[in-house]
Amino acid sequence: MTRTWKRAAAGVGLAVLGLVGTGMAFHHGLTGAHRPDDREFGLGPRRSAGGRYVASLQAARPIELRKLLTMRIVLTDSTGGPVDGATLAVDGGMPEHRHGLPTRPRVTRPLGQGTYQVDGVKFNMGGWWVLTFRVDAGAARDSVTFNLDL
Amino acid sequence: MQARPVLVAVVAAALAAGAGLAAPADRWSEEERATIASMSLSALEPIPADPSNRYADDPRAAALGQRLFFDTRLSGNGRVACATCHDPKREFQDGTPLARGVGTTDRRTMPVAAGAWSEWMFWDGRKDSQWSQALGPLESPVEHGGTRAQYVHVLARHYRREYEATFGRLPNLTGVPLRAGPVADPLARGAWDALPAARRDSVTRAFANIGKAIAAYERRIRYGRSRFDRFADELARTGRTPDGVLSRDEIAGLRLFIGKAGCITCHNGPLLTDQHFHNTGVPQAAGLPADPGRERGAKAVLADEFNCRSPYSDAPAGACAHLEFLDAANPEMRRAFKTPSLRNVAERGPYMHAGQLATLEAVVEHYDRAPAAPRGRSELLRPLGLTVRERAQLVAFLGTLSAPLSTPAAPLAPPD
Repeated sequence: MTRTWKRAAAGVGLAVLGLVGTGMAFHHGLTGAHRPDDREFGLGPRRSAGGRYVASLQAARPIELRKLLTMRIVLTDSTGGPVDGATLAVDGGMPEHRHGLPTRPRVTRPLGQGTYQVDGVKFNMGGWWVLTFRVDAGAARDSVTFNLDL
Repeated sequence: MQARPVLVAVVAAALAAGAGLAAPADRWSEEERATIASMSLSALEPIPADPSNRYADDPRAAALGQRLFFDTRLSGNGRVACATCHDPKREFQDGTPLARGVGTTDRRTMPVAAGAWSEWMFWDGRKDSQWSQALGPLESPVEHGGTRAQYVHVLARHYRREYEATFGRLPNLTGVPLRAGPVADPLARGAWDALPAARRDSVTRAFANIGKAIAAYERRIRYGRSRFDRFADELARTGRTPDGVLSRDEIAGLRLFIGKAGCITCHNGPLLTDQHFHNTGVPQAAGLPADPGRERGAKAVLADEFNCRSPYSDAPAGACAHLEFLDAANPEMRRAFKTPSLRNVAERGPYMHAGQLATLEAVVEHYDRAPAAPRGRSELLRPLGLTVRERAQLVAFLGTLSAPLSTPAAPLAPPD
């Protein structure tokens, strides 16, 4: 807990970790509350669990606690082409505290070029959060998980 | 020469011991300094607008709201005002485990200060604005115990000029009984149901304006700067622990608060609350029915007659995102209660949603012990393992968060 707060307090959290995340370290989602390696954190790009998609998050930084946020997710297929027309469902939480998200965020509109607007995201506490997007685009269902350190 | 480093270390240790552990208290990492700065009142954002109350920042509405706040005529027995439980001399609370109006409630009175920064009101968040919150107790059979028709009659008789100057014409009350409203009392409810819908609506609109006036008053009640804020701001400015602001035990308590004890996880930001709801295994209050907390409150606020999306709200379409993205079916919210602000917390025991814990020592002991929840699941995963001394240091730190409210004296006293 101390560790995560030190990061959060630095106020650089996501800005730095977002860059770290571009190392394309792919991860198959979360099993239990074991905190992943630092390289697994950030806004992406992240490969989906089944390898079908690559996704990145876009958010105003630094990410503010206690505020309803609007984010974007950019979705491409494994060849880098934008994925439009997908259905996305958002879930997540804090594995170390065994609780989910404080709100029920959802994709509110597609913006084209594989980009989708996500509204109603809120992080009320500092620490390790996960955001998982279940992606359903035609026959190819998959999910992609982001680790965020706030 | 070989002995010299050892000698230096011994001398340093002796100096540190002699200085009462001053050295560790003086050192903060960059991250710790940023965390402490994030807790200062200086980091508080400007007061959020309330689009659901177009009178929120109207001084005339606030002046009327102050008079209404102290007026015992707004009750079934003529003896209960908002200020009865929300006593300005006691942090706008009553110092008792369960609030007592015309009867006794199941919950602890909450303080009023800085409510404007809160998305959800009450321990279970069943209201989503200060004005809709104010209306709840007025019609509760154990709090004010009256009806909305009665209260609008009080407006017409005693406040017509002030009311109409701000809110426009009061409704015609001819034929509206004194005791009528959608309340538990069957006679009052029957009289209410017998009124035509348009008359019910006009009375309800004036009743809602009572809440909006009281909210305009309550928005002015703010926390003042505490010793902790002085400490945090000086630390942020100079990068060094300021002298003579906090004691060593208080500083050690701060270190525990943001570190080993993890209090800051939920008690974060300048108001020291994440404004959310948590099950922390608080014991069931003796003699009371099981309290589902936020699990019920989340459903209640969606159905609330005066919520942000209601016809009595001034919010434009799309301005109620907190309701739009509310998860009202989250099982984690069973027996979850609002994280209270810790500002002035030492001035207002007993603690928890039904005043189950009498002292801050008992509260810290509860979090240290992390007991299982009586219902639902506690988010406290394991005991903290604090020493007796560390628990006392945390309590000492909490005392540094106290300060007189920043509100000018006039709003804190009963009006003439």
